[in-house]
Amino acid sequence: MNESYYDQLKETLYSETLDNGLHVYILPKEGFNKTYATFTTKYGSVDNHFTPLGSDKPVKVPDGIAHFLEHKLFEKEDGDVFQDFSKQGASANAFTSFTRTAYLFSSTSNVKENLKTLIDFVQAPYFTEKTVEKEKGIIGQEIEMYDDNPDWRVYFGVIENMFHRHPVKIDIAGTISSIAKISKDSLYTCYETFYHPSNMLLFVVGNVVPEEIISLVKENQSGKEFTPPEKIERFFEEEPPEVAKKKSVIKMTVQTPKCMVGFKQATPKRFGDERLKYELGMNLLLDYLFGQSSENYEELYTEGLIDQSFSFDYTEETEFGFSLIGGETSDPDRLTDRIFEMIEATKSKGIDTEAIDRLKKKKMGSFLRSMNSPEYIANQFTRFQFGDMNLFKVVEMYDKITTEDLQNILNDHFKEKAFTSCQIRPKNS
Amino acid sequence: MTKTKEPRIIPTEGYTLHLVETEKYKTTTISIQIKRKIEEENVTKRSLLAQVLKSGTKSYPSSLHIHRLLEDMYGAGFVTSIAKKGDYQIITIRMDVSNEKFLLDNTQLLEQSLDFLAEVLLYPLNDGTKFDESNVKKEKRVLKQKIQSIYDDKMRFANKRLVEEMFKGQSYAQHAFGKEEEVESITAEELFDYYKDVIEKDEIDIYIIGDINGEEVGRKVQSSLRLNERINTDEAPVQEVTARHQENVVFDEQDVKQGKLHIGYRTSITFADPEYYAIQVFNGIFGGFSHSKLFLNVREKASLAYYAVSRIESHVGALFVMSGIEFKNYEKAVSIIKEQMDHMKSGDITDSELSQTKEMIRNQLLESVDNPNSWVDLLYHSRVAGIRRSIDEWIEGIQAVTMEDIRNVADTVTLDTIYFLKGEGQK
Repeated sequence: MNESYYDQLKETLYSETLDNGLHVYILPKEGFNKTYATFTTKYGSVDNHFTPLGSDKPVKVPDGIAHFLEHKLFEKEDGDVFQDFSKQGASANAFTSFTRTAYLFSSTSNVKENLKTLIDFVQAPYFTEKTVEKEKGIIGQEIEMYDDNPDWRVYFGVIENMFHRHPVKIDIAGTISSIAKISKDSLYTCYETFYHPSNMLLFVVGNVVPEEIISLVKENQSGKEFTPPEKIERFFEEEPPEVAKKKSVIKMTVQTPKCMVGFKQATPKRFGDERLKYELGMNLLLDYLFGQSSENYEELYTEGLIDQSFSFDYTEETEFGFSLIGGETSDPDRLTDRIFEMIEATKSKGIDTEAIDRLKKKKMGSFLRSMNSPEYIANQFTRFQFGDMNLFKVVEMYDKITTEDLQNILNDHFKEKAFTSCQIRPKNS
Repeated sequence: MTKTKEPRIIPTEGYTLHLVETEKYKTTTISIQIKRKIEEENVTKRSLLAQVLKSGTKSYPSSLHIHRLLEDMYGAGFVTSIAKKGDYQIITIRMDVSNEKFLLDNTQLLEQSLDFLAEVLLYPLNDGTKFDESNVKKEKRVLKQKIQSIYDDKMRFANKRLVEEMFKGQSYAQHAFGKEEEVESITAEELFDYYKDVIEKDEIDIYIIGDINGEEVGRKVQSSLRLNERINTDEAPVQEVTARHQENVVFDEQDVKQGKLHIGYRTSITFADPEYYAIQVFNGIFGGFSHSKLFLNVREKASLAYYAVSRIESHVGALFVMSGIEFKNYEKAVSIIKEQMDHMKSGDITDSELSQTKEMIRNQLLESVDNPNSWVDLLYHSRVAGIRRSIDEWIEGIQAVTMEDIRNVADTVTLDTIYFLKGEGQK
């Protein structure tokens, strides 16, 4: 077992990769009651075109299948796993993102039993035609719930505008008609391909003794048979750097319009430290441009164009990336134009180093605060690790970013052809 | 089991300090709770005040100045918010700051934070008779938008409508954010007068949690924040609840895809009662978790919904059910939910449902104290209810609940209102 001590954070991370390829990480947290564990596969909604394990013919699977599979893993021949967890005092959950599916629990007692339950249920699929059909009603309601949610619609709307072909533009849960095509066999195909231990990461954080956890996991895994690890072939069509659509408007039953603008990342091919630096640089830059201490924010707020719902974010994964800026607004068109103008103005004005230093301090403090949260640590560590980055090197990396780096990112990312806007407007307007 | 630390309580002139010394966080959290009975004529004003208090002070006149300060303080968190707890409308002012021991320089962050919060409370930007006009104007617009956004989120909208219908004529029917139509007419003078009244009269509690030296921090707060003694703090008003003879059914129509079915039950039991433990377990078995009756029957068996949950409103004696369903499944869903409630009332509960639920509540309580904000929230619940209930006591209380106790509280639960938000022109 490897041991890394991070001096400034006063945290020790333990890790080991098992013989079957499973990556295990353990972060003990003294004084905490709770233990939180995530068991994550590097498989999400975008992985809809791949070569199944043991085959040489690529297949395309129905939209929403990764998320469907996440739901179905909880059901077993003798009932559902939630029951087992709650008997052991744990609350369990799962989520599916573009690139990951994570299963998790948190508990303040019976940690070892719960950890075994977590690993065992994820590694023992049980799909039947009957249970698959039953789930379609439940997920159908989940889809409709999101359909009525303007924040979700504007978020997906702007991503849809950006991409011509990349499956990131497809809603994670799919649609009612796409999930109708899901069968028990297609679920098994996805499961066999993406749930191999070598494609997965287990993270345990909380009041635990690392040696005990690792030996439990090893013993559990040695009792199971797996095929040797294989590289998974995933296919993505070529995606041009320009956006597919410059603007879209969605009418909904709302009172306040919403607006989200986005810039598509032209070269989402970075890995490791390079991606880490770019991502953190982008976070700094967005905060510099539109954070609450920026003049731009103050202006937009005073002009009555934004409120507390205004936010921004940068996402970069393998093969796709984008920045998003927006929120509720009285005038979506005007906000769209103002955001673009402000970015252009910053390009010509240059970046103020003093403000960046202040923002670096802020980022350090926020990072420290997030270390209070076991959920944040486990989920973000996993995401970073899947992109060959180390979460615990964030503070160090912030220190290395220069004003020049930021100027480069500013010029590289925020291009007119990569810019698009999505608006939600009240139905009766 | 290790004992959970209880706060050290220091009564001070004008407010009460609650200090928890713990090493487990990398931050220190300071939370100021300002409480007053819901006054219908002042609900919107109070909500606007919570907004204006974060918009500028004497030394930091705009939110731009404030945010630059916060960044310099290693990204200290600073928020104000407004909420209801029972018949009180409560302003919360909260900060969390990094613990200095993790920083490379010697910034006195905690001290700076306490000074800043004292300034927010005592010296908001004003000219002696009114708040700064431009800050008030900005915050009015933001508040209006915030109130509108309840309508845009159909789950919150349905909650609000259910509460309005169920508590018609009572102060709890008011939404904590206030009324949109009242925002515009509030003047900067009026708001300032109301603020002075708040600072003079409201009951104020200050919680500080982190790796602190309690004695020292206590002295520091007492020297930077001086308030007058409260004259008479209002006691938790007990609102008489009369059970309806007939269930109240309310339909709203909007152009939406999913129906929102929200059902309100009354119970006479509130947070301060000894039966509170039993009603908490009752709710857990009924709809609080993913092993509960509602989840299993509405979702897993009938496949009608993605979520079907219940929760108790601790201080008013209410239990709410929430589910998102297809319009055409209204009758079916209502009948399954009623059937589950009948099972609860007739004691059709297995030993394992009881023990699972107790385990889950225990787990929730213990997890809460791993997070400084939810810990403050737990502590403040007791404060609002006017009782002392330690976390350990609470856990023991839950463990001791018997089937008999649940049968007894079940008798107090009565159906009050069924609210359904459905699509336009849908039957």
